[in-house]
Amino acid sequence: MTEPVLEARKVSKHYGHVLALDDADFVAFPGEVVALIGDNGAGKSTLVKTLVGAIRPDAGEILVDGAPVQLASPLDARGFGIEAVYQDLALAPDLDSAANLYLGRELYRIPFVRVLNGRAMRERAVTAFAELGIELPDVTTPVGMLSGGQRQSVAVARAVLFASRIIFMDEPTAALGVVQRGRVLDVIRRVRDRGVSVVLVSHNMPEVLAVADRIEVLRMGRRVASYTAAQTSVDELVGAMTGALELSGNGQGGTQ
Amino acid sequence: MTESPHAAEVPAVPEDSPRPAPGGQPSRATAGWPGLGRRFAGRIAAASESWLLLALVIMIVVFTVKAPGKFFTLTDFSLMWQDAAWLLVMAVGETFVIITGGIDLSVGSLLVLAGVMTDLYCIHHGGANASWTVIAIGCLVGLATGCAWGAMQGFLIAKGKVPPLIVTLAGFIAAGEGVAYLITGGGDFRTVPNRLVTTIGLGSVLGVPWLIAISFVVAVVGGLVLAFTRFGRYTYAIGSNPEASRRAGIGVDRHLIKVYALSGLLAGVGGILSLASFGTTTIAGHAFDNLEVITAVALGGASLFGGRGSMLGSFIGLAFSTVLLEGLVIIGVNEYWQEVAIGAALVAAVYLDQFRRRQSGSGRARWAALRLGRQRG
Repeated sequence: MTEPVLEARKVSKHYGHVLALDDADFVAFPGEVVALIGDNGAGKSTLVKTLVGAIRPDAGEILVDGAPVQLASPLDARGFGIEAVYQDLALAPDLDSAANLYLGRELYRIPFVRVLNGRAMRERAVTAFAELGIELPDVTTPVGMLSGGQRQSVAVARAVLFASRIIFMDEPTAALGVVQRGRVLDVIRRVRDRGVSVVLVSHNMPEVLAVADRIEVLRMGRRVASYTAAQTSVDELVGAMTGALELSGNGQGGTQ
Repeated sequence: MTESPHAAEVPAVPEDSPRPAPGGQPSRATAGWPGLGRRFAGRIAAASESWLLLALVIMIVVFTVKAPGKFFTLTDFSLMWQDAAWLLVMAVGETFVIITGGIDLSVGSLLVLAGVMTDLYCIHHGGANASWTVIAIGCLVGLATGCAWGAMQGFLIAKGKVPPLIVTLAGFIAAGEGVAYLITGGGDFRTVPNRLVTTIGLGSVLGVPWLIAISFVVAVVGGLVLAFTRFGRYTYAIGSNPEASRRAGIGVDRHLIKVYALSGLLAGVGGILSLASFGTTTIAGHAFDNLEVITAVALGGASLFGGRGSMLGSFIGLAFSTVLLEGLVIIGVNEYWQEVAIGAALVAAVYLDQFRRRQSGSGRARWAALRLGRQRG
């Protein structure tokens, strides 16, 4: 059995009197696509934010490659090769795609005085997009001038470029049309084939079943079930999400 | 890491592309020369600076024809830029501030305060006959005052979440109308070190007046920092999307404090230039500097919503408003019309900015957000 690349153990988080996460567990193995599903308010976003270092849990443990770690900020998480694609993409519309790709991690020509190496960033951006099969009109076009699907591609490419362990994608296809949606799912598979795990947060059950290897279900701040995608169905997932199916599923804690 | 075998299957141009590459070229950082040339030409046509530059040239031609032998002379341009030296220096700081999506109304007042502080030190250490050492220390006192006041404003804006308009308006009033007069006791200091006045104020270096040399060097360095360094890149990023910048690991608050401190520091440089030029602290003389500077920066294509602007644009913007005022004086137009002309130019510039935003995607999104906000409100 392989070591999980990222694992949460009994993680809890309160917001005032609201218990967003209640001893939640989560596990992702190397080179897999794991879907994280749950109804609104099940704690998906809170769990993801915890795992990418955006918020600190009140209790519980986070392990990277089996070793407990502290993720005090997204920068810490990045240090472990953990990247995230946010639902709002978090791009700067006035900067071009190369600048967005390297935002916060610029390459320098003269590091001492922080003079940027724009050419290197543009060239590497072209390579990065090509590797993912993403075509943009021009890496020097401001991101605000791109279409929704292209912007999505830039955000995904940024995560892929820097993630060495795992990428979180929060509803990456929610705002997209059918064609671009298929393309994003292709990219997710391609990333997995490169050995980087992907955590897909989604409401779209057919999509989850199409792309995920494994599915973890959250309900009321807890992981209530964990399925192998090949052995489950939309009905079963919905049942687990809503609580109609109490604690069924083919494994608690991730069998692989 | 294995290369993806699927890359070849993906169509060359995505169906959802709103702006296909010119001539169907795929994206390349280093396109061939013809592509590069075409893109360069497109850039020039698209850049707001080009249109302003064109307007500037037309204006110069008109004034030259209207007042032959008077307007288009080296002396006149030199005098014009000497009068605008501190405005140019402050416009450099204001460009950074406006690109972050903020505004700094305090610049003229910080100029005055820095000048007062510089002179205060010099008066107590030799007055009109103060040595260069004293002058240098005095200048450092003035620069430190501007920088510290700017940093304080930046802190209130970044950490205190008080809107920049309010913080710097308060700074404008407090520093210019309050603190400066408290220090001088209600009037102007009229004793300024002679060495400072005769050198920086009236003298030249290699044939170029010091005022012009200093302000141009500041503008060029500021332009290089804005265009080619991480500091500049973060300035654009924060103005474009502060939340995304934060998530990208940029210390947004720290950067904002630095930007306002820079604006204060440059107002301090302006204070020294003004002190040297006038030989007095001219406390009442800089009340509209902030508006002139902001007008120049906005004319130059910087967006008051943040994320856009350039140092070259601000420079041309300042040249535009300066030439407009000077030219109207020379051809004998009533001076009150000059203010009207500048006001009209400013509104036109901001309208053009809005128009461009509505054309682009981000503009559409922002426009929609504005409308949504209005419906909700």
